[in-house]
Amino acid sequence: MPRLVSHPDEVKVLSRRFGQGAENIDKYMELDGYKAVQQAIEQGPEWIINTMKASGLRGRGGAGFPTGMKWSFVPKQSEKPKYVLVNGDESEPGTCKDHVIFLHDPHAVIEGTMIAGLAIGAKMGFIYLRGEYRYLLKIVEKAVADAYAKGVLGKNIFGKEGVDFDIITQTGAGAYEVGEESALMESLEGKRGVPRIKPPFPAVVGLYGGPTVINNAETIASAPHILLMGGEAYAKLGSERNGGTRLFGISGHVERPGVYELPMGYNLKKAIYEVAGGVKGGKKLKAVVPGGSSCPVLTADELDVGLDFDQMGKAGTMLGSGGIVVLDETVSIVEFALRTIKFYQHESCGWCIPCREGTDWIKKTLQRVYDGGGAKKDVDQVQYLAENMMGRTFCPLGDAAAMPTLAFVKKFRKEFEDYIEGKRAGTPLITEQELVGAH
Amino acid sequence: MPDVTFTVDGKKLTAPAGTLLIEACKTSGIEIPAFCYYPGLSLQAACRMCVVRIEKMPKLQTACTTPVAEGMVIQTETPEIAQARKATLQLLLGNHPLDCPVCDAGGECELQDMTFKYGAADSFYAEPKNHREEQKWSPVVYFDRPRCILCYRCVRMCGEGMDVFALGIQNRGSSSIIAPNIAASESPDALAHVDCEQCGMCIDACPVGALTSGTYRYKTRPWEMNHVATICTHCGDGCKTTLGVRSTTDGAEIVRGDNRDKSGINGDFLCNKGRYAFDFANNEARLTQPLVRQPDGVLKPVSWETALDHVGRKLRELRDTRGGKAIGVVGGNRLTNEEAYLLQKFARTVLGTNNIDHHRTADYVTFARVLAGKGARAASQRDNQTVPAVLLVGGDPSNQNPLTAWNLRSDVRLNRARLYVANSGEIKLRRQAKAFVQLAPFGYDAFASYLAGDEAASAGALEGGDAAKLSGFRDALQAEESLLIVIGSELRGAALERLIGFGLSLPNTKFALLSDYVNSRGAADMGLLPDMLPGYVPVGEPGAFAEYGAPAEPGLDVLETFDAAARGELAALYVVGANPVARFGVDPAALRNTFVVVQEMFLTETAALADVVLPAANLYEKSGSVTNSYGDLQLVNKAGDRAGVRSDFEMIVRIADKMGANMRALVPFGKGLRADMGQTRGAQSGEADRHAVWLTANNLEPRLSPFDPFAILDEIQRLVPGYDLLRLQLLSGNDQHLAPPAELVQIQGAPARRDLVLPANDTLFTSGTLGRYSPMLADLQAFEDRRTSKLNQTAAD
Repeated sequence: MPRLVSHPDEVKVLSRRFGQGAENIDKYMELDGYKAVQQAIEQGPEWIINTMKASGLRGRGGAGFPTGMKWSFVPKQSEKPKYVLVNGDESEPGTCKDHVIFLHDPHAVIEGTMIAGLAIGAKMGFIYLRGEYRYLLKIVEKAVADAYAKGVLGKNIFGKEGVDFDIITQTGAGAYEVGEESALMESLEGKRGVPRIKPPFPAVVGLYGGPTVINNAETIASAPHILLMGGEAYAKLGSERNGGTRLFGISGHVERPGVYELPMGYNLKKAIYEVAGGVKGGKKLKAVVPGGSSCPVLTADELDVGLDFDQMGKAGTMLGSGGIVVLDETVSIVEFALRTIKFYQHESCGWCIPCREGTDWIKKTLQRVYDGGGAKKDVDQVQYLAENMMGRTFCPLGDAAAMPTLAFVKKFRKEFEDYIEGKRAGTPLITEQELVGAH
Repeated sequence: MPDVTFTVDGKKLTAPAGTLLIEACKTSGIEIPAFCYYPGLSLQAACRMCVVRIEKMPKLQTACTTPVAEGMVIQTETPEIAQARKATLQLLLGNHPLDCPVCDAGGECELQDMTFKYGAADSFYAEPKNHREEQKWSPVVYFDRPRCILCYRCVRMCGEGMDVFALGIQNRGSSSIIAPNIAASESPDALAHVDCEQCGMCIDACPVGALTSGTYRYKTRPWEMNHVATICTHCGDGCKTTLGVRSTTDGAEIVRGDNRDKSGINGDFLCNKGRYAFDFANNEARLTQPLVRQPDGVLKPVSWETALDHVGRKLRELRDTRGGKAIGVVGGNRLTNEEAYLLQKFARTVLGTNNIDHHRTADYVTFARVLAGKGARAASQRDNQTVPAVLLVGGDPSNQNPLTAWNLRSDVRLNRARLYVANSGEIKLRRQAKAFVQLAPFGYDAFASYLAGDEAASAGALEGGDAAKLSGFRDALQAEESLLIVIGSELRGAALERLIGFGLSLPNTKFALLSDYVNSRGAADMGLLPDMLPGYVPVGEPGAFAEYGAPAEPGLDVLETFDAAARGELAALYVVGANPVARFGVDPAALRNTFVVVQEMFLTETAALADVVLPAANLYEKSGSVTNSYGDLQLVNKAGDRAGVRSDFEMIVRIADKMGANMRALVPFGKGLRADMGQTRGAQSGEADRHAVWLTANNLEPRLSPFDPFAILDEIQRLVPGYDLLRLQLLSGNDQHLAPPAELVQIQGAPARRDLVLPANDTLFTSGTLGRYSPMLADLQAFEDRRTSKLNQTAAD
């Protein structure tokens, strides 16, 4: 089990059971586990949704949509069964927060799923893990089995007549694209993982055509805590319109990488220099990817910003999935940009033209630049391609590839041009061997 | 849906709420480009070409997925939009091979057209293009991956449209590739193949040259062809097909079949036969010279004049010496209405015989009789596309009437129609059926009786006779308020009458009777029957046909004719476009004392026995009209041509002329109608020339040539009950639905007629005698055989 990190500035809500053996159901229950769901059964859907709305919790997958509002969109009456779907397809490079939740507190996900189910009137939930998280599946499956054995899941849960809830676990087959909610539903239905046309949105027509709430695993795992502590109390932990805390995975060139639970709105610079211990080896910080690899990069001068959806948006980037990647002065942005686009080129599902072809040509061009065959017009070319992908693709994957690329070539244009002229900055991050095998 | 008003490029438009923006714009003449959008198939929004700017929306929106809403304000051609489309095209062209100069689609390519429109001609990538070798998926389907733009039209067409699902997508991102359902690793020849119906709809739907046709690829450029719209010669569905024709040294060669302008009753649909099986016309075995049997027994080529003189002289002599009753005539199912009409008129008025018949593939005689006076109950092919409920009894449309199958599937898929299927086999259409009952073999008569109210018949209708299942089926049908009953040729005579009787007991029920060939219905309608004149008028009570002066006694049917030949009582047999010897298993020796004249394309089993073989044009080489199974009349236009052959129409006229017949009475043509001082037609008996009077009344001019089929079409329209045409419709290339005649004279006390219906039981890869001469159908059959034998082997191992 990876080493857990800690820092005094952390506000442990979601992570309060980490490292205490809460993957064991008895331990989980000892630590207030499955109390929130019983409260939810008592109080009913309206109370749950109101509490969630009051909490100011916004989707932790990256888009930051208010969770309570999302749940309230599900129609009360439906001919088809309703479903709760937990998106554990954590695939955004730099992101590793759901991973620790499944590892240390799988019952929180189960309990959160049940709460969401009670809120919308669903009797079945699905926990979908990314293909590469197969090793977590055992933990989650055991947790689900234990929950059934304890009467927490199944028919007449907690001895309450007529209150049923079932959970099914499933892994993907290794595709970033199925992190997109509708592609995930396609995948779960046994089809090719490509996104669906919206509208209709999942709240109306989702999994198997039924109204579906689909939430990120962290979002779901937050729900029990919110119900226990109250929506307002949770909201107060965070910043304006960004309630509560969230898990930030700080990685790259820092002294103490790891997953930290910080209040929403916490200063990014502080997170890097104080919480994560600053740049490794006392080197100079060059750039930060603040919320997973799809977020536009920030330069060293742009770090004095609060970590919430709104402040990051104002800073021209995104809070994203909370994966903060710190790059020191040794990093070549050309190589980093190439590595980033290689990921998106490899992961493009191929459905729409701008993403399929755009990621491919950006990759090919950057590869040539990286290999030493670049010309200055290639930088324009990459920018042109990225600009013409932005906002034109079927799903957000195209934007996810275009946004960081645009930021790299705009903010580090000189480095690209110098590189092309032979003045290369940085030392290789990883070997070509590793690149081939990566994801 | 109520109408909504919205603004497109400053123009106020209205459309029903929910209409897709792309369609709403199209109806108003505003074209929004798209690759992946295809009307009737599921939406993709994958190509991003149809992006438009909608006020209050942050991003460009796809017009193919946006339903119009009240007050919407849309821009479709701003610099921003043009740039988005241009960038998309640049991306596509990056990996596109740009082999337009040799590509089949060059000149007809949507990618070319859009590149032309948006000026995305610059190429600025230095890296090599992704390449894959082309693949031959079947004798008719080739795939060039580099040209593919991944619009998925083919995948949807195959799955949603055809219910075949032979195509899918493999890999992802820029490695995505359309893949057929038989992987190279599972294939006998280690090449990827399609296991499918070989309809070629994927090729038709492909906006570029990625999917190309085995019959057409690399043969010509689109602009080197003439495009002739005509009707497919194969099954009784009557699809419109556009034939691409190119001049050759000995005529005009057909090089392609498709429904280019998506018009006609089949819209965008064509099956493999319509698309590929025109190649019999170029078969090397084709006869191009008349053959006359010499005293030594050998068929020898002679000139047309020699052959026609010989036939005319012999037939006249035999008629005069042995009488008309000693002459038999067999017509074909692929003749035009004009030819069929002329043939029976020639038989009845020149040869003086009612011994005329054809290979019947459905009982239209009973159908017409039962529905007489109920014209509104006769369904058109078009009804299949819209009716809320369909009962299909018998038949196997997926194999034998593919357009009917396509329409029924589409009706279920797009309109949620309820399809009920009753069949003795597990036909493919059961997959779209709301309810399917598997009847016992030969259980159709009992099934019809059961529906008509005979409860005891359930035992005979079902194997095992589960009456509850049948009663549920019948109850569901009786609850339908607007049912279409599509009937296979298994139902004839009394059974057909009972089934229609059941349908007539429900409100608004319509009926259709399926048959096997392009003009099977027309052959019956035009009176290629021993006891019926055109329009099912009994020979004994000819009514308007009295002007024929034909024999009043019914003649011999086709089987009786051969029996008469075997007894030595048949002096002459005149076969026009039919192969009765093979079809009815006639003993060749039966014809040894009969003078046999055959008009044919090939030396078929029947032609091989003939004394004179006259090389005939096929349906694609002549003009006229045909009537499909549903009674939809359509025009055929001459597309191909072959030096040496003659149309059946022309040959009949020439033979009649050589026999010394009164040509103006046979084919009403020429100014002579009025200029011959009353020497022709009824004028001699003091009556007015009714035909001339009718022509004048209908603002029609007399035809100038005896070879003009329209001269006979005029007469058909004048005399044949039910053939009341709208010429403008017909000449515009549209189909016109003909109802059975309002009133039919019932034959009183007529003896029970023999069941002469003999279904051809064709598959997708056969088409009667004609199909045997299509190299492509033979290839497809062999391909299918190889594939299935491999599968069987695997199973046996």
